[in-house]
Amino acid sequence: MSARPIATTRSATGIATGKLAVWWVVGSEIVIFGGLLMSYLMHRLGHPEWADYASHTNPWFGGINTFVLLTSSLFAVLAHHAAEKGDGKKAAAWLVGTCAGGLIFIGIKAVEWTIEISHGYTITANGFWQFYYTAAGLHALHVIGGCIIMLIIANDARKQLELHRVELIGIYWHFVDIVWIFLFPLLYIAK
Amino acid sequence: MAEHEEHTGHGQSYYVRIWGILLALLVVSIVGPVVAPAIEEMAAGVGAHAVKGWMITLITAFGIAIVKAYLVAANFMHLRIEKRYITYLLITMLMLMLLFFAGVSPDVMRHEGTNWQNVAAEQEIDRALKAQEAAGAESHGAEGAEQH
Amino acid sequence: MAEASTATIETHETHTHGHDDHHHEQSFWSKYVFSTDHKIIAMQYMFTGMAMALIGGYMSYVFRMQLAYPGQSVPGFGVVSQGEYNAMVTNHGTIMIFWVAMPMLIAAFGNYLIPLMIGADDMVFPRINRLSYQVFLISAIILIASFFVPGGGFAGAWTAYPPLSANAEYSLTPLGAQFWIVAVALEFVAFLLGGINFITTLMNSRAPGMKMYDIPMVLWMIVIASVLFMASVGPLIAGAVMLFMDQSIGTGFFDPSRGGDPILWQHLFWFFGHPEVYVVLLPAMGIVADVMCTFARKKLFNYKLILFTVFATGIISFFVWAHHQFVAGIDPRMANVFTVTTLIISIPIAEMLFLYIATLYGGSIQLTTPMLWALGFIAEFLIGGVTGIFLGASGADVYFHDTYFVLAHFHYTFFPIAIIGFYAGITYWFPKMFGKMMNETLGKIHFWGTTIAFNCIFIPLFILGAAGQHRRIYNFQNFPDLAGLQGLRVFATTALLVMLAFQVVFLVNFVVSLIKGKPAGKNPWKSNTLEWTADSPPPHGNWPEGLPNCYRGPYEYSVPGREEDYWPQNVPPDTAPAE
Repeated sequence: MSARPIATTRSATGIATGKLAVWWVVGSEIVIFGGLLMSYLMHRLGHPEWADYASHTNPWFGGINTFVLLTSSLFAVLAHHAAEKGDGKKAAAWLVGTCAGGLIFIGIKAVEWTIEISHGYTITANGFWQFYYTAAGLHALHVIGGCIIMLIIANDARKQLELHRVELIGIYWHFVDIVWIFLFPLLYIAK
Repeated sequence: MAEHEEHTGHGQSYYVRIWGILLALLVVSIVGPVVAPAIEEMAAGVGAHAVKGWMITLITAFGIAIVKAYLVAANFMHLRIEKRYITYLLITMLMLMLLFFAGVSPDVMRHEGTNWQNVAAEQEIDRALKAQEAAGAESHGAEGAEQH
Repeated sequence: MAEASTATIETHETHTHGHDDHHHEQSFWSKYVFSTDHKIIAMQYMFTGMAMALIGGYMSYVFRMQLAYPGQSVPGFGVVSQGEYNAMVTNHGTIMIFWVAMPMLIAAFGNYLIPLMIGADDMVFPRINRLSYQVFLISAIILIASFFVPGGGFAGAWTAYPPLSANAEYSLTPLGAQFWIVAVALEFVAFLLGGINFITTLMNSRAPGMKMYDIPMVLWMIVIASVLFMASVGPLIAGAVMLFMDQSIGTGFFDPSRGGDPILWQHLFWFFGHPEVYVVLLPAMGIVADVMCTFARKKLFNYKLILFTVFATGIISFFVWAHHQFVAGIDPRMANVFTVTTLIISIPIAEMLFLYIATLYGGSIQLTTPMLWALGFIAEFLIGGVTGIFLGASGADVYFHDTYFVLAHFHYTFFPIAIIGFYAGITYWFPKMFGKMMNETLGKIHFWGTTIAFNCIFIPLFILGAAGQHRRIYNFQNFPDLAGLQGLRVFATTALLVMLAFQVVFLVNFVVSLIKGKPAGKNPWKSNTLEWTADSPPPHGNWPEGLPNCYRGPYEYSVPGREEDYWPQNVPPDTAPAE
């Protein structure tokens, strides 16, 4: 592939281009999730009957998943820490750990959804469940996407290449974590 | 280009400590709604009738979610040491969502207003609440009473 | 996504002329189709946009013919059925905004101009840039494909209001509606990718010495437009996911019969939809600013005030969206709020137009083709803006809503933006893009033919709208109260045919100039901004001899005490102009 253009190496703002772009990605993701969650919130507050629907979610699954994501975020920041010190191998190892967290998260989600669907709480069951599956599903897609990118970056980092990208995927991953931090009370706790 | 030369000024133990706090907060947010009715009773016992269970749930669920999000953003995403305008950018995006809520909620959250009424939504609420009442009377009436 | 780049962080900084070593022996495919060069991607966007404009124009021809001569066979199409009419109207709107205005104004000019005007060799993320175009192309193909699926193209109007759009039983286009929403969502993704590139490039990669107020106005406007897009499109992307699930798997987010709320979609759509107006307006205003300064040989009147006005416009544009929904059953108190904000937003726009006119005042104006387009933009957009006041006032809007008055109003805004703005830009930068001058005579014939015909189309529509003619009606002969105004409809359709015919002049001019135009040289307009210091057309890497520095603002024309009436940004102080 081509070498980087000189443009990419300039930094008039003092923030490297890659990181600046990731911040803009995060900014645009805030409004995507924000629009969905605000729509949910309005419906949730406007529909007293959803309280009963929501009581059928299992906060233990949600809680464990929060724990998993928080821990994977810790791994991501430790990967960044290692990358800052120039230790690509260690950074790659932490990234694989983060990715494993993401996969465990998806696995738990799969079990949880299987149980719920087998109890008849499908996406078309009622208003609450359609938002539940849409919001959590959109989030899960971000987790899967993040995992794939992370493995690519880990593979580079292992060879001491593109170490600055470890931080970039970390920022994205923490954002996905924060989205879940809000999804957890919205979908599981508030009843 | 060389972000890896940036100094975050923290060691591994610092991040682990933040993680510990996050886990503690997580436990509080799970336990909050469970103990909320008990706290309401206790508060009523000492004369603090203003304290309601749903307040406890709200604070432990969303108050703590905000604290957790802050901790992750400030320490893991390093917003604390990032250029300030990145924070402003993210806050602006959040503010836009509040704006969205403010503009839309009069129409979507409410089902009637001056000269208009969302008949479909009201009928649905009516139907669903009746169905739940019927189901609750059969099986777990106690649980149904807990909701609001 | 395979990151095969072997350049490590350490080496590519010493790699300052990194482009020279690999671009000599490129095949046609890697040079023009899978290129990462911002200029090629800009051309791809531009030609795709032009092709989509032809399709959108063809659709307008078909449905205008149906309105003028209802029931008769349209030459080149055949008899138009009700469903086909609706699909044409819907997709004409969708195409013209998302696949013409946005790619041509933001993506084409943004991609072409940002690196050249800030003195960089490329966008900061060339491969994301290429990905953005590829996603965009796929979205365009999906949209066109929607016409060839069972049921035909989506026929629920470009705003896609549910429940009509949410339920195939109502819209009768089970697949067309899904293709449409997928295409629109992908188009948003493409522009998010492009927008991140534009914003980051402008923020980070400016030439040494180029400070905030040295950035040409067109770049400011393109980047502010990208920011507006990015900040507003999120809810609609979420809404698109929800609408798609309503259509495909039977959820009920927006369908009241399944417990949903159709008003929510309107809010999600217009929360994006109104800032979107400014997303396409601002680049056009920026192009006009640059063209006007060059041909009035004068400094932009109060650069900073214009810039702050643009900021203000951007902020206020988030507070006006519900003026599209005054009759949709929204809370009347909110209608008051949105009336006030809507009337407020006309202030910064009017202010900008005044500042533009002040730029012209006392200048030595050269009426070249780009300048004519720029002046035409101001005149035509003014009519669009003023008629907007009628519609922004909720009381008047109750009468005007969904009539041809609305339609004429937004065509008076979008036509100057998308078409006139584009022509101003392309006639101005054509010498830079292709190294040849365009023919001025043909250009002026094209300008006058297009502008006069355009007014002849839409002034009758204002009259029809004020007379109560509703939009979205297939055959007005079925409505005795409206049937009598047929003469105006025929007039408008005839004017449309004239206008479309005059576009042939442009295409001929484009092709002939490309082949036989006289060589342009580096700086045919004697302009200041950095792109005119590169070769025409600029080679890969833009300035192979080394990237320029910047010493002053972009609009230093007719500076007293200087021999030349222009002062390029890259010329160090106290030396003669480089050319």
